[in-house]
Amino acid sequence: MDPTHKKTLVLVGHGMVGQRFLEALAERGLTATHRVVVFAEEPRPAYDRVQLTSYFSGRTPDELSVTDAGFMAAHGIELHLGDPVERVDRDARTVTSRAGHTLAYDILVLATGSAPFVPPVPGKDATGCFVYRTIEDVLAIEAYATANATTGAVVGGGLLGLEAAGALQGLGLGTHVVEFAPRLMPAQVDEGGGAALLRTLAGRGLVVHTGTGTQEILTDDAGAVRGMRLSDGTELDVGLVVFSAGVRARDRLARDCGLAVGERGGVVVDERCRTGDPAVYAIGECAQATDGRVYGLVAPGYEMAQAAAAAIAAGDASDTSDTLFTGADMSTKLKLLGVDVASFGDAHGAAEGCLDVAYADSRSGTYKKLVVSAEGTLLGGVLVGDTEAYGTLRALTGSVPPVPAEQLVLPAGAGAAPALGPDALPGDAVVCNCHNVTKDAVQACATLPEVKKCTKAGTGCGSCVKLIGQLLPQSGDTGLCGCFAQTRQELYEIVRTLRIASFQELLDRHGREGARGGEGCETCKPAVASVVASLAPAIGADGYVLEGEQAALQDTNDHFLANLQKNGSYSVVPRIPGGEITPDKLIVIGEVAREFGLYTKITGGQRIDLFGARVEQLPRIWARLVDAGFESGHAYGKALRTVKSCVGQTWCRYGVQDSVRMAIDLELRYRGLRAPHKLKSAVSGCARECAEARSKDFGVIATASGWNLYVGGNGGATPRHADLLAQDLDDAGLVRLIDRFLMFYIRTADRLERTSAWLERIDGGLDHVRDVVVDDSLGLCAELEALMADHVTHYRDEWAETLADPERLARFVSFVNAPEAPDPLVAFVPERDQIKPDLPLLTLRPPAAAPLALDHDLDLEGAVSR
Amino acid sequence: MTTATATATAAPAAPTTDAPAAASVQLRLDGTWLTVCAADRLTPGRGVAVLLPDGRRQVALFLDRGRRLYAIDNRDPFSGAAVLARGLIGSADGRPFVASPLLKQRFDLASGRCLDDDDAGVAVYEVRVSP
Ligand code: SRM
Ligand SMILES: Cc1cc2nc3c(=O)[nH]c(=O)nc-3n(C[C@H](O)[C@H](O)[C@H](O)COP(=O)(O)OP(=O)(O)OC[C@H]3O[C@@H](n4cnc5c(N)ncnc54)[C@H](O)[C@@H]3O)c2cc1C
Ligand code: SF4
Ligand code: FES
Repeated sequence: MDPTHKKTLVLVGHGMVGQRFLEALAERGLTATHRVVVFAEEPRPAYDRVQLTSYFSGRTPDELSVTDAGFMAAHGIELHLGDPVERVDRDARTVTSRAGHTLAYDILVLATGSAPFVPPVPGKDATGCFVYRTIEDVLAIEAYATANATTGAVVGGGLLGLEAAGALQGLGLGTHVVEFAPRLMPAQVDEGGGAALLRTLAGRGLVVHTGTGTQEILTDDAGAVRGMRLSDGTELDVGLVVFSAGVRARDRLARDCGLAVGERGGVVVDERCRTGDPAVYAIGECAQATDGRVYGLVAPGYEMAQAAAAAIAAGDASDTSDTLFTGADMSTKLKLLGVDVASFGDAHGAAEGCLDVAYADSRSGTYKKLVVSAEGTLLGGVLVGDTEAYGTLRALTGSVPPVPAEQLVLPAGAGAAPALGPDALPGDAVVCNCHNVTKDAVQACATLPEVKKCTKAGTGCGSCVKLIGQLLPQSGDTGLCGCFAQTRQELYEIVRTLRIASFQELLDRHGREGARGGEGCETCKPAVASVVASLAPAIGADGYVLEGEQAALQDTNDHFLANLQKNGSYSVVPRIPGGEITPDKLIVIGEVAREFGLYTKITGGQRIDLFGARVEQLPRIWARLVDAGFESGHAYGKALRTVKSCVGQTWCRYGVQDSVRMAIDLELRYRGLRAPHKLKSAVSGCARECAEARSKDFGVIATASGWNLYVGGNGGATPRHADLLAQDLDDAGLVRLIDRFLMFYIRTADRLERTSAWLERIDGGLDHVRDVVVDDSLGLCAELEALMADHVTHYRDEWAETLADPERLARFVSFVNAPEAPDPLVAFVPERDQIKPDLPLLTLRPPAAAPLALDHDLDLEGAVSR
Repeated sequence: MTTATATATAAPAAPTTDAPAAASVQLRLDGTWLTVCAADRLTPGRGVAVLLPDGRRQVALFLDRGRRLYAIDNRDPFSGAAVLARGLIGSADGRPFVASPLLKQRFDLASGRCLDDDDAGVAVYEVRVSP
């Protein structure tokens, strides 16, 4: 269509809501019928402001982006970055931008968001004063703090203020928070919640001043911040100040062109987000909704974006569009400085005649309050410290919960409260607030990826993902994957008893109907490979994981006996048993790294990782290491990783046993043992536990008379302290018990199930495991021990074995047709005197979904390859 | 420098029952067949990478257990790294796919389409065992 015949839609502001609005236009086909022009004040396209603080935990500005360049291009949207609109002429229907563009519009949409409010205190404009709203703010704070400050203060103890405080702490600054109200987060939590929050945050080193205002920012001769004076007379010695004392809707454009704005700011709109001028809409934080509120949250803004797009789609009949915005829930769930905080519904108990049910435990910093009506309807609540029940409670709001309210706030165990499961939720309960998705809509899908793809639920703040997981069908089908109806445990038994060492045979004889004769899949191949490797000696299979058909089953890491990194290079981790290493061996590692130009890092597992090796370099690196007496550390395998140690009795004044020797013995005994998931261990020389043994799958702690064995520990995402399995064991007794425990786990666990999850899942839990491996209740122990003995005698180093076989070695090339050629995409740039992957090279994406476009050119220039 | 513009068809390449050991694998580029390696260099169920004559572009070549060959672009569009040849292959509803070894997205080997994201895909090449 000729563009001149298209209507022009101008969007002012490209923030989160603006971007969502563009997506809503595209979904309704409006980008095809309209010329869409966006003016953005910020220098970068829309990004995830909600996650701004994650910049300080490593998210780059690019990773924060919510705008896909492909999207803008595909829909022909014109985006003017760094060019704000300065004037709207409603009579002429034009906008004029700072760069001087004047553009006629048919429809104008304001999505200008809000600006931080800076209270008019003396010194507020001094060097070192900041606000906290944009990526540019964050970059400026970081740069200034690094160069000029060791302490900082945040003015405002609300949600955003605490986020900013977290950011300052993340930068290593001593951090003060000054809040005028008598408690933190006055808008979200009540007094009890504020008190619980205060206690916990103070425990994390934050200095909080409540019930006092900021009187003056003190400056030095150069006009830079040197401190601040509070209204109670206190002076704080700080080098940087961040104002976070609330926000104000950015409604100036609307005011200037005569549109109505609310008493406390915000462009007045109707429930279709139209202003008084039918050609002008306002959405997001700059708009005042029909309930008289300006919403400072992203979810209501998204709903407004939908309402406006629907009205525009309806055109002249816009009065008939039925996607309306009349107000929203102010529910929030956050993790502020590591503390979980949630509030939902009528959190302050504003409704007539409502009652509170509260539970407070100041030791653990937990506070929970529910607001219920006289009839028992759940109206809202506040949760601090433990927000486990947030998803369920929020979705139950507005209904009478199936169990009494007090049971919903008591911790499990106190008062025998049955945890209220997601089953209790009605079908129309809103599970994902960001995208307004109900339980029914979620349950129309089968898997989480499907839910995200079809409903967008879980793709906003992410706080609902856990609940969604609980709502999805556990499907009743416990099969390993689409190819096998058996569980991993059942397959283990089939392989063991029928001595089937071939994947194809297993698939063709025991696979699901439609899968027989097929390829298998990326789930069952490595799982079966692992089962065969664990049982190799017992079923007469070759224990070498690259033998025959097994080579085709291994995940890429096992296949290359190294760990794949993001740019296609590999890392190499030699075994350093117990973390003990001689100076000579350290020097060899250093020499190898220098010779091959590898990045070196001490790992969290007490050993050294060498990164950046190309496939064809791996054998040469191993050869050097094997020569010096190293072997594979199996960092790539679902296998034993490390047995960490503390220095123990030999040197430490407290040590009561030789923990280093025991750690080395255990690591050498179980090295190469393949399991359903990785296995980690540690040995501590006394109860002070410097080796952190209780965070391991099997952990050993010395006692005056022997060793205590703990099992089922885990670090990682769901940490769990290991449980005591047996006490005061002697060396032989300890090893025998670990042999049995590990083999029982390997036999009965699911694929990718760590010992911690396995122990939680199996019937009878720890007691059952103890019955089996200590008291031999199933008469299995002799067999379990024999299996382990087989493993120990058959162990061979995979690197050495590969080096000895020229045919195998031939696989270690980047290109089958050019064995000497390095992969041109594996390139590095320098950082801190070492290398790192050249990421710009990786982000040069080939055009999406262009299967036949084979001639795009990659610009390899400017990439430092080594 | 030559820019290879292959006329790729979305056909799962000539099925070849039991290729003789001396046979070689060929890729179709610019209307001509480029010999890349001996057929016995391939392990059924796994892939290898091929560097094209321009010295930059790469093709991932796979052999399935039925000894059928597939060739797709080696570059994983999600990470940008050239690693697809190192993924595991599998079949779903009788169609073969490879799962990227980095973030596990699956690509249909015959069409190059990504099974986990409608907006992504990779190029496919015609491949055969030399006549
Ligand atoms: C290199 C290392 C980080 C470092 O620089 O220190 C590391 C790196 C990786 N870890 Fe780790 N972990 C490393 C120590 C740890 C530790 C600390 C420890 O072992 O004491 C933990 C917590 C302890 C635990 O496992 O319980 C740890 C918990 C994880 C987890 C979460 C496991 C869980 O059960 O929740 C994963 C993800 C997984 O396995 O599914 C993971 C996965 C990974 C992977 C394999 C991610 C991946 O797939 O690419 C990383 C690749 C390693 C590589 O490329 O070489 N890594 N990882 C550490 C290697 C230790 C070693 O010498 O082998
Ligand atoms: C640190 C932080 C944490 C937050 N955490 C949460 C949270 O956990 N949950 C939650 O729901 N919300 C949170 N929010 C609030 C959320 O970010 C906002 O509600 C949301 O960004 C509003 O979107 P918007 O598009 O209306 O406004 P904005 O995202 O502010 O976008 C408006 C854009 O318009 C531009 N603009 C202004 N005037 C003009 C003009 N004249 N011409 C052109 N462009 C203009 C601005 O520069 C800006 O880029 C947080 C905010 C911050 C700062
Ligand atoms: S755990 Fe005990 S023996 Fe080991 S280093 Fe710590 S105090 Fe010393
Ligand atoms: S509630 Fe935020 S993504 Fe679902």
